[in-house]
Amino acid sequence: MTTPLAGNLCRCTGYRPIIDAARRMVALERPPGRHAQPHGAATSDAERDAIEALRALNDDRALHTESSGGTFAAPTDIDAFARLYAVEPNRRILAGGTDVGLWVTKDYQDIDDVLYIGNVEALRDIIVTDTVIDVGAAVTFSELMPVLTDEYPELTDLFRRWASPPIRNAATLGGNIANGSPIGDSMPALIALGTRVLLRHDHDTREIDVESLYIDYQVNDLQPGEFVKRIRIPRRRPGQLVASYKLSKRFDQDISAVCAAFSAQVEAGQARHIRIAYGGVAGVPKRALATEAALTSKPFDEATVRAAMAVLDEDFTPLTDMRASADYRATAARNLLYRFFAEATELGATDVYTYAR
Amino acid sequence: MRAERELELRKTDGDASGTPRVDGAVGTATPHDSAVLHVNGRASYTDDIPEPRGLLHAAFGVSTEAHARIRSMDLSRVVSAPGVVAVITASDVPGPNNYGAVIADDPILAEDDVVYAGQPVFAVAATTVDGARRAARLADIDYEPLEAILDPETALERESFVLPSTQLARGDADTAIANAPHRLSGTARVGGQDQFYLEGQISIAIPREGGDLFLYSSTQHPGEIQHAVAKALGLQQKDVTVECRRMGGAFGGKESQPALIACTAAILAQRTGRPVKLRLDRDADMIITGKRHDFVSQYQVGFDDTGRILGIRYNHVSRCGASADLSGAVNDRAMFHSDNAYFLEHVAIDSHRCKTHTVSNTAFRGFGGPQGMFACEQVVDDIARHLGRDPLDVRRVNFYGTDSRNVTPYGQTIEDNIIEAIVDQLEASADYRERRREIEAWNAQSPILKRGIALTPVKFGISFTATHLNQAGALVNVYTDGTVQLNHGGTEMGQGLFVKVAQVVAETLQIDLSRIRCTASDTSKVPNASATAASAGSDLNGMAARNAAEKIKRRLTGFAAEHYGCDAHEVRFDNNHVHVSGETLTFAELAHAAYMARVSLSAQGFYKTPKIDYDKTTLTGRPFYYFAYGAACTEVVIDTLTGENRMTRVDILHDCGRSLNPAVDLGQVEGGFIQGAGWLTTEELWWNPRGDLKTHAPATYKIPCASDLPPDFRVTLLESSENQEDTIYKSKAVGEPPLMLGLSVFHAIRDAVAACSADPTRAPELVAPATPEHVLDAVMAARGDRSV
Repeated sequence: MTTPLAGNLCRCTGYRPIIDAARRMVALERPPGRHAQPHGAATSDAERDAIEALRALNDDRALHTESSGGTFAAPTDIDAFARLYAVEPNRRILAGGTDVGLWVTKDYQDIDDVLYIGNVEALRDIIVTDTVIDVGAAVTFSELMPVLTDEYPELTDLFRRWASPPIRNAATLGGNIANGSPIGDSMPALIALGTRVLLRHDHDTREIDVESLYIDYQVNDLQPGEFVKRIRIPRRRPGQLVASYKLSKRFDQDISAVCAAFSAQVEAGQARHIRIAYGGVAGVPKRALATEAALTSKPFDEATVRAAMAVLDEDFTPLTDMRASADYRATAARNLLYRFFAEATELGATDVYTYAR
Repeated sequence: MRAERELELRKTDGDASGTPRVDGAVGTATPHDSAVLHVNGRASYTDDIPEPRGLLHAAFGVSTEAHARIRSMDLSRVVSAPGVVAVITASDVPGPNNYGAVIADDPILAEDDVVYAGQPVFAVAATTVDGARRAARLADIDYEPLEAILDPETALERESFVLPSTQLARGDADTAIANAPHRLSGTARVGGQDQFYLEGQISIAIPREGGDLFLYSSTQHPGEIQHAVAKALGLQQKDVTVECRRMGGAFGGKESQPALIACTAAILAQRTGRPVKLRLDRDADMIITGKRHDFVSQYQVGFDDTGRILGIRYNHVSRCGASADLSGAVNDRAMFHSDNAYFLEHVAIDSHRCKTHTVSNTAFRGFGGPQGMFACEQVVDDIARHLGRDPLDVRRVNFYGTDSRNVTPYGQTIEDNIIEAIVDQLEASADYRERRREIEAWNAQSPILKRGIALTPVKFGISFTATHLNQAGALVNVYTDGTVQLNHGGTEMGQGLFVKVAQVVAETLQIDLSRIRCTASDTSKVPNASATAASAGSDLNGMAARNAAEKIKRRLTGFAAEHYGCDAHEVRFDNNHVHVSGETLTFAELAHAAYMARVSLSAQGFYKTPKIDYDKTTLTGRPFYYFAYGAACTEVVIDTLTGENRMTRVDILHDCGRSLNPAVDLGQVEGGFIQGAGWLTTEELWWNPRGDLKTHAPATYKIPCASDLPPDFRVTLLESSENQEDTIYKSKAVGEPPLMLGLSVFHAIRDAVAACSADPTRAPELVAPATPEHVLDAVMAARGDRSV
């Protein structure tokens, strides 16, 4: 019951009456004459008119409007989109608007020319092949989550805590990746899984590892006119161990102080194919290459893991800010590696959220 | 969730004798008067009021420096920005440039110096909200930076104070400590807290005619807004009217702070001759307006083998921020609550009210009481660990007695002590002892997760410590159809004051609640009303309303007796009817008949709290009419790898006296507890080294979410309780006391941290709020190790 409420704050009640009301609402008998409606169906004439009017607006045609403030283009065709952006690389690509919106409402930035990606049909599908989950850049988190957590149930908690339902309904995977925030919660997991990104510029497409997109704080490898087209997340390998942990002051609706993700395979007592990535401990989401090396092809035991924890400081130099101190981030980052080891080997889930559920 | 079941039991349609009672009588679990409007979104808050023609929108331009002299200010780009109609600075304030209610050290707009980052320096009125806010960012101000003091301990070293330091002492603390079998010293650190009312600060100022002004203000204190605006504008109080139907939360943050907002809107309205709305956005609100004081409290204590305190000395150091505001009374209350529920025979309490170059701190639910009790509970917990005793046992040996050991450090004899009975009942119902044994065994085999449990008491003094504020007025108008408009000096901030006071009138006049409408708080109906604060809203306004209703009832009784030729005692009001010597008529019929006979059906009521009296210079006497009590038992689990923590079960038993409305009171208890838990866990205020507050929006400042509710939450109001004092229907105040039930969460976490220590006698080094970082620090200190 608290999951759908994650995006709603209350400062008076302590939430108990709200949760009770929701429980009671579910249990109530439907009033006579009111039948269960399919999702999105109208429950009154006025609502039906409103829904029809909104549907009429969405005519799947390319849109281009101008105002005194600038222009807004929303192509539906991927080639048209790529062409326009190649010619006008200063346009701001708008996807879910969950970050760009804040630049306007909080920072009073003027965004003159917008290129909306959400109408490009070719970027809105998820194709699952034998080897990859191939995700269009404009797919929302609400659409992606069930597919991804079906493949990797270990990521269920991470994505349950990824923003809140209203934000997940709008925010896109492509926007999250292109934005490349050092504290974005998707990136560590995607890096650890070995995700590749398809970038497109006009007619050209190139494919890179997601982590090589990120060069420095707010600097990425996207060239002028180039955009994220698709994201290819590998399918699960037999025996693959996967985990992701998020640390923040509050369980729901908080930005990570540290976010960590791990992927490995233990064969004959040794860890192989290790990929470890962290957010919140560097200017970009980043792989822990030195730590990976310290674990690879060694007995996957406490001594090796403790030695690798000592190496983690070589991979990152975290900062102090309002979310946590540099010391806490460094210590917690080391301890999360220990948690991955502990959970993978003997202890099972060791977090307070699982315990207190 | 057991809370609701408890409530069902208390819901009654008739009294014990089976007599039907009026609908919504005192003691019934009646819904909040605006419950339906709240839920369907039709409750009108200040920003929802239809905007008058020609309305301008205002915004503040604020200081970027924590402490600086303004060398020069060029506002030409602000003035010429699109839509800007007026720009004002300090020199444009017609009256004194100050809104400080207690001491005049709060400029409306900064003059020569700025004293905190975010301080308003100028204000803009423009035709749109966006235009005003964008224009406010265009000022070119040249600052000469001055040295900034950014924390209370540095302020103490520099002797930087907003008010003189104060001491409260009884007996000989130093000798008692020196002669005690055991001694300890330590430091309790607790952070501040933002009120985070969901409706931000807002005011609309509307010029009327002949220079008079009408304001809507989201305020706990309309009377003070009226007075402050009149002063700032150079008007008389009769020229200003202030109205507030409701606030979307306040928590003390709308006690003194709205005067800044209202004065600025009013000055701009007077200057332009147009209505002006000033609504702060969330970031501006959190940066510009005050919060709960953070405290550093050093203590030295001497105690015996059982843990009984023999002598204690506190040194409270609080961050008051840039001005005095309400800090005098806040810190006084912290001193008055440094005993919590414990008898401190030899005691010395020093209080330093530190001036820092950060936003001026203000009232927040509990008003210093929580900080005093925070320090006290840490002392008791440290003693228990030092002696290897269960903290609850040490709490118990220190409880106030009923016949002896019952005088507070400030000399008030406690006449209503029930803490032992409450703790007995909660200890049993929460199964505290058995769970503690089980947790110890569990912890011994759990290397990463550790659990902790704590049961902490609350005793909270009820009354404003500024004695003159303990008065209230009300206005009751009966109309010829027998319905009633009720108005009183209190304000509705979601806490249910309006429904409680209406229930009092329903009970007094014996008419259904649906026949009474409580109207917006309005300075033209009830003058000079005190702030709705100090938990005293129902106590004060309920009494004043009853006084008004009784006046009308007496007139109606007199009229009926005369009309039917009987004695007044033969006239009986009962369940919407009036019985007069064998005749029965409806209340409406009697009201109409009285009107026709030219009987006044309108009355003002008044109340002042009896018995209270204390000496401000020595801080001794009887500041409180009575005390409210409660206790909470919380169990938590912590993660020793990361410091993350969760509540797993909470049991609360709280005393509301004979509750006016158990549904509303239960809401106050639950909401107060969760807010207290937030203060001590997730809510952290963080300033960067320049003195900029960086936790100024929901993205960075974390109040509890629905998922933070404990999965097992059992809240019970104490049965068969009544206030020993003659309060309104023997009820007790409930606004603030439950916040301090949240102390049990902090101490449960402390208990879990202690379980990590090789040396159980060592005091956990846990700082509040118990964020994951602070918990992990304490775990590592307990283990004497920086690694896992």
